Amino acid sequence: MRLFVAQFRRDLLVAVRSRSDAANPLVFFVLATVLLGLGGGANLAPGAIWVLALFANVLAVEGVFRRDHDDGTLEQLLIHAQPLFPAVMGKLAAHWALSGAPVAVLSPVAAIMLTGTTSGIGVLVLTLCIGTPALTLLGAIGSALTVATGRGGLLVAILVLPFYVPVLIFGASASTAAVSGDPVAFQLLALSALLAGCLTAAPFAVGKALAISQEY
Amino acid sequence: MGWIKRTFHRTGSPRWFFAGSRAWVIGLYAVGASLIAVGSVWGLGFVPPERLQGNSVRILFIHAPAAHLAEAIYVAIAIAGFVFLVWRMKMADMLIEAAAPIGFVVTVLALATGIIWGIPTWGTGWVWDARTVSTLLLAFLFFGLVALRQAIGRPDRASRAVALLALVGVVNIPIIKYSVEWFTTLHQPPSIVIGEKPAIAPVFLMPLAVNVLGFYCFVAGVVIAALRARIVEREGGAQWLHDWISKS
Repeated sequence: MRLFVAQFRRDLLVAVRSRSDAANPLVFFVLATVLLGLGGGANLAPGAIWVLALFANVLAVEGVFRRDHDDGTLEQLLIHAQPLFPAVMGKLAAHWALSGAPVAVLSPVAAIMLTGTTSGIGVLVLTLCIGTPALTLLGAIGSALTVATGRGGLLVAILVLPFYVPVLIFGASASTAAVSGDPVAFQLLALSALLAGCLTAAPFAVGKALAISQEY
Repeated sequence: MGWIKRTFHRTGSPRWFFAGSRAWVIGLYAVGASLIAVGSVWGLGFVPPERLQGNSVRILFIHAPAAHLAEAIYVAIAIAGFVFLVWRMKMADMLIEAAAPIGFVVTVLALATGIIWGIPTWGTGWVWDARTVSTLLLAFLFFGLVALRQAIGRPDRASRAVALLALVGVVNIPIIKYSVEWFTTLHQPPSIVIGEKPAIAPVFLMPLAVNVLGFYCFVAGVVIAALRARIVEREGGAQWLHDWISKS
């Protein structure tokens, strides 16, 4: 637990002190909303907001280990963090707090801009709050696998987007159902189950991938 | 018991595998090609048209084996990934490298035949339902395995990263397999379940079984041939390989 808190605080601090980097996913999300509104017109399904959140996530998560790899912190982390699980969780929690959480908080604005209605906004925010941490956990696997290549970007997107699909399906279908007032309990439960699965399994895969990237 | 252990260790050694596998390739090619020929001619020429689908049912004899094989190749790759991560067997890694592009082609074949079959029977070539989407994702997984290996410069590091990715990707397999049972989809539920009476008429079942077997044999031959090519590529400097080439 101490390792989790220490890593969480440290990553948050680093991100906050380099302000522009931390705001990037959010700015991308807002900009993409504007572009979609201009290009596709209003009255889109809430699923469109989910796709935007997903893209913001994959672009953000691609660099989650980049800085630490470049300055050698990642190697030190692998040496001293025993076990690795809480450290990885702390890192990803800090990352989510600055990428997924702001997107979820800002999504009502995007929903009003794109769908033109306020119905079902609560469910949209809720699904994003449950879904985006799962996305961050899954995306971190791809990010960790490619961190040492120095050419993440598109490759990370190709690797992790297939794994994002179940989260997108349940998140988008819950948000769409909520607009028309249909029951959403099943989708929310399925989404929570996905998050639970990711929370328990993904950090191990991330740790293993990091160890491979740093040659342990 | 001794021979099992010996066979296992010999299969894990590039040298023994290379020497012994040539006959296997020829045999699997011959058996697979003749089975596919028999099954396809039987299925295309001698099976009566289906009551509702008419002649379009005949694409079943390509679609079902390809779709089944696509999953089987991925499972084989995932097992090889596990073997490589745990025991660091070089052959397991080479199997992943050899099978991934083949799996991609087979998955695309399954998707393409599915689209062709869907147009007359479903009235649409593509539906966004669980089985079609998860099979499409399988194609991307195969593609990702190839792309990741190419992206990582160091071969040893690439091998381990790809093996890990293969292992993680195996979560997609149960989703494909049970998608038609868990969700309501346009795709039909399985007609052939082990331990139950098949829901498909024997007149269709027999050529289908021949073709499934033929596809398995033929693609196994292709994979082993690709594996032999990988061995030549990686062990290019080895003395035994030079000896073998100059001998034959």
